[in-house]
Amino acid sequence: MSELASGSSAQRTPPGAHLPEHPDFLWRTPEPRRTYDVVIVGGGGHGLATAHYLAKNHGITNVAVLEKGWLAGGNMARNTTIIRSNYLWDESAAIYEHALKLWEGLEDDLGYPILFSQRGVLNLAHSEQDVRDSVRRVEANRLNGVDAEWLGPDEVAKLCPIVNVSADIRYPVQGATYQPRAGIAKHDYVAWGFARRADAAGIDLIQDCEVTGFTTDGDRVTGVRTTRGDIACGRVALCAAGHTSVLLDMLGVAAPLQSHPLQALVSELLEPVHPTVVMSNAVHVYVSQAHKGELVMGAGVDSYNGYGQRGAFHVIERQMAAAVELFPVFARAHLLRTWGGIVDVTPDASPIVGRTPYENVYLNCGWGTGGFKATPGIGWCMADTIAHDEPHPHVAPFSLDRFTTGALVDEHGAAAVAH
Amino acid sequence: MQLIRCPWCGPREEVEFHYGGQAHVAYPDDPAALTDEQWARYVFFRDNPKGAFAERWSHSAGCRRWFNAVRDTRTYRFLAVYKPGEARPEVAS
Repeated sequence: MSELASGSSAQRTPPGAHLPEHPDFLWRTPEPRRTYDVVIVGGGGHGLATAHYLAKNHGITNVAVLEKGWLAGGNMARNTTIIRSNYLWDESAAIYEHALKLWEGLEDDLGYPILFSQRGVLNLAHSEQDVRDSVRRVEANRLNGVDAEWLGPDEVAKLCPIVNVSADIRYPVQGATYQPRAGIAKHDYVAWGFARRADAAGIDLIQDCEVTGFTTDGDRVTGVRTTRGDIACGRVALCAAGHTSVLLDMLGVAAPLQSHPLQALVSELLEPVHPTVVMSNAVHVYVSQAHKGELVMGAGVDSYNGYGQRGAFHVIERQMAAAVELFPVFARAHLLRTWGGIVDVTPDASPIVGRTPYENVYLNCGWGTGGFKATPGIGWCMADTIAHDEPHPHVAPFSLDRFTTGALVDEHGAAAVAH
Repeated sequence: MQLIRCPWCGPREEVEFHYGGQAHVAYPDDPAALTDEQWARYVFFRDNPKGAFAERWSHSAGCRRWFNAVRDTRTYRFLAVYKPGEARPEVAS
């Protein structure tokens, strides 16, 4: 058989053929009960992970996860699935590295394939200042036990040959940080894995159930009002991402959050050409190739506040221009789909987690553009916080009162997404 | 891309404009008297409504002047534009 014939598309394995089959059964669809020990508002990744670890680590199963749409249909279904822990400050490194260690064992923990692929992430530097900041971050990462290396342009090209490292582009690549343990996972499978385990533990996952208000008694919340009736509860965890401000307004609690559209896109299916994850702050695009073969790209938030789960096309155009400059081979790839999610951005690009003025309401928000990578870590820490009524040490630095004390955790550099 | 009506130049493409966040946030009258919590409110806390929002825009690639707009954050539709110093107009979202 000639090489040509053996390479013909008819005989090749179709893209995605190696992916696992969808299971027949994932979770029940229960009617909400009238009372629960814990109500989690938001059935995305963070809410489902919190539910899983409440059951697994603390034996707390009289729990409902309330989701206004369908499970994991918000940002959990819309992110670009990048997982890494190479953040600058000790506080961030602790929570994201905790998450990354959990990712490394998550498939076994959930008994579900999540296609976690540790293919590494390159964060490109394009200016002298980028280089200084990046090298500083590499050193900070190492001090925190996070794997990190500084690579020159030649080493970047060796790792990812399709990156244009020539000197004659507008913002030449001057090097990159590299975290080998970083990677991507299949976001839907992650959500389904958490949901399936939480459901099996007896936790009620209630979809199409929007929270419309809260009943309070002094500084305690006694229940939530929903489109499916009132539900009494002992403790409440808010895991509502871009809609957190809407919930907090119902409680009269202020938080420094701004909700923005964040867009992403995929190309049509392509042969495997991109072996790692590449992010560039300065030219501003981040790209990986999904398991099936789509190029997955994202960039910065749309500038204005918005709750619309869509954004403006000129933002897509800019990130495509950046992608084609960095990866000339993409010039003929076709855009297949674009979409948007609503991300809740904070002034220091770090999350807000922990207590609220209500003694039995716990907050988990402000993950902005980077919440997916934290999913197991924050689920673990939120469950611990709820169970012990005390912020877990990994989330304690991210309290709401840091904006008053001034103890900000400025991660605008390592967040790697403009906002 | 939507057209945004600059109060001085008329309708122009969205890419000519720069977003400035919530409008009508006044500098504190007596800054020295503010508590840390009040400073935090002034510096970091802004409204984040789902619906009509009064916000600042700059026609940065045009006349370079600032103005205010009321925009629906669900649909992104501009409901009104008005000049700095003018009161927020009453608009139905």
